[in-house]
Amino acid sequence: MAILADKNTQVLVQGITGREGLFHTEQMIEYGTCVVGGVTPGKGGEWALGKPVFDTMKAARESTGANASVIYVPAAYATDAIYEAIDAGIELIVCITEGIPVLDMMKVRARLDQSGSRLVGPNCPGLLTPGQAKLGIMPGHIAAPGSTGVVSRSGTLTYEVVYALTQHGIGQSTCVGIGGDPINGTSFIDVLQMFEDDPQTEKVVLIGEIGGTDEEQAASFIANHMTKPVVAFIAGQTAPPGKRMGHAGAIVEGGSGTAADKIAALNAAGVTVAEHPEQITELLA
Amino acid sequence: MDLHEYQSKYRFAEYGIPIPEGTVAHDSQAVYDIAKKLCHPVVIKAQVLTGGRGKAGGVRLAHTPDEARQHADAILGMDIKGHTVQKVLVDPASDIQAEIYLGVTNDRATRMPLIMASAAGGVDIEEVNRESPEKIIREHVNPFLGLRDYQIRHLAYGIELPRDLWKQFMIIARGLYRCYTESDATLAEINPLIIDGGGNLLAVDGKMSIDDNALFRHPDLAELRDTSAEPAAETQAREAGLSYVKLDGEIGCMVNGAGLAMATMDMTKLFGGSPANFLDIGGGAQADKVATALRIILADPNVKAVLFNIFGGITRCDEVAKGILAALNDVSVSLPMVVRLVGTNEEAGRQLIEEANIPNMIGAATLADAARSAVTAAQGA
Repeated sequence: MAILADKNTQVLVQGITGREGLFHTEQMIEYGTCVVGGVTPGKGGEWALGKPVFDTMKAARESTGANASVIYVPAAYATDAIYEAIDAGIELIVCITEGIPVLDMMKVRARLDQSGSRLVGPNCPGLLTPGQAKLGIMPGHIAAPGSTGVVSRSGTLTYEVVYALTQHGIGQSTCVGIGGDPINGTSFIDVLQMFEDDPQTEKVVLIGEIGGTDEEQAASFIANHMTKPVVAFIAGQTAPPGKRMGHAGAIVEGGSGTAADKIAALNAAGVTVAEHPEQITELLA
Repeated sequence: MDLHEYQSKYRFAEYGIPIPEGTVAHDSQAVYDIAKKLCHPVVIKAQVLTGGRGKAGGVRLAHTPDEARQHADAILGMDIKGHTVQKVLVDPASDIQAEIYLGVTNDRATRMPLIMASAAGGVDIEEVNRESPEKIIREHVNPFLGLRDYQIRHLAYGIELPRDLWKQFMIIARGLYRCYTESDATLAEINPLIIDGGGNLLAVDGKMSIDDNALFRHPDLAELRDTSAEPAAETQAREAGLSYVKLDGEIGCMVNGAGLAMATMDMTKLFGGSPANFLDIGGGAQADKVATALRIILADPNVKAVLFNIFGGITRCDEVAKGILAALNDVSVSLPMVVRLVGTNEEAGRQLIEEANIPNMIGAATLADAARSAVTAAQGA
């Protein structure tokens, strides 16, 4: 068991023939992910990395029976790719693309609510179930199978933590990057619920950052609904108000979204919050 | 990206929202001419991308063109929270009977647009929200349905707007919502929306923020960006495709990834130093990007040490090390540098850094070691 994806997940790659898409699809296949094909409009009938390429998601889904997709499409076209995947009945959609306008994402959210699809991202590294599958761009070899679930709004900070866990002999059930945008498809709470329900997961690491109130909502969820221990880290304690720190969602606005508020909420929920990323491994031991 | 008051109001006007017939001026003679032409008392308002200009004396009422000129002389060139006033908006003064707040923003928590109105306009709405949140009437908008008329009536009813103004209010609220969506704004607010002596609604002050991620489809708005109050380094970084925010500390940070960059800044503070900047060089760390980033960091005179913290994922650490060393051929650095490479091929990466034998460069294995070394180096420098 794991969450979201395992070795049986059948994956389509939207934007498979693009530079990013091709590069990361190769890495995904190398990792053992069951990639069954890809989509690039206008290149249907071609092959990429030994996988069939289709013009549309509908055709790709019908031919391959895929249940997941990973999107490596430029921001201007990414929302269309998400809608297309939803319409094709894809259950798990992982969108790596950074730079999707917020208004588009609000519409995507409203559309998702009326569908059976789940979106992870956008602006995220995707997810990785060690030893089984990776959907996205996380470096596969830094992870190892185990029982700690990792959920994060960040990319390299997640890698840093996962790598440290692996080096200290702490394996992971699944590592999920939910993305650094203000509005995303899957929230901390969604993933926490899945980890709570997953028999393989025994402990959870939550990596948050400034901006929004997702961590506060997660804290309240943990206090009320979680039995498994959670260790957290919040990045951005030294970030000045009103400035966007790289991620579109990482901004303290009108006094809300500060690291201090989030740490206080998590502490109040009984979550141990690490002072720095390297402390996480100690706190899990 | 924030718009100036005049830019926001001109845009509102395109959506049928009544605004004062004001004009922007860059010098006091122009202000005098505008005031004379208007033949009416005027308000001279500093156009700066920061709040608190009223308290700073950046908004003044003038009864005569001569007085207008004097005020303009005082306001133009004034420093408001680090922003130098380069232009003023000259609006005819209004007879203010009541001040209303009306704004649309993205509500992150519900993931929907949110339109808000309050009878307690004219003051900072965040303050109203803290002190007496019940004074703000809120309506969430389904992005597919758009703002419905009944929702506008909820707002008008909630703020006890006189019935004879509902029709005007309807037009203004519809216009503001349309302006917000069609501009890809993250905020469009009128504060205050006044009831004037003639019993009409008028948008006396306005503010808009545009989603940077949507500027690709709004070239007209992208052109409105005012970088004059922005640290030059931030402008330069944006043009180079780097994400950089200037801070006040002494440790220059160069990191790949936004989350890791924030964590690195926090670490310098945890160990008694303070970060000079946020800087995300993105994936890869190619020599040319590292060189540009180094130039930006070194241009800050407060910087006493540079901390590299790079996680090699798909890009291997030895490649990153080569990138850093190549960049150092381009940019000479006399300050102490601490380099931490972790991840794929980290041993090989570290070895390359050691073999290069750069006297002012030290390696570090952990993030804690790196932060500590950088703090010590900055204090010793």
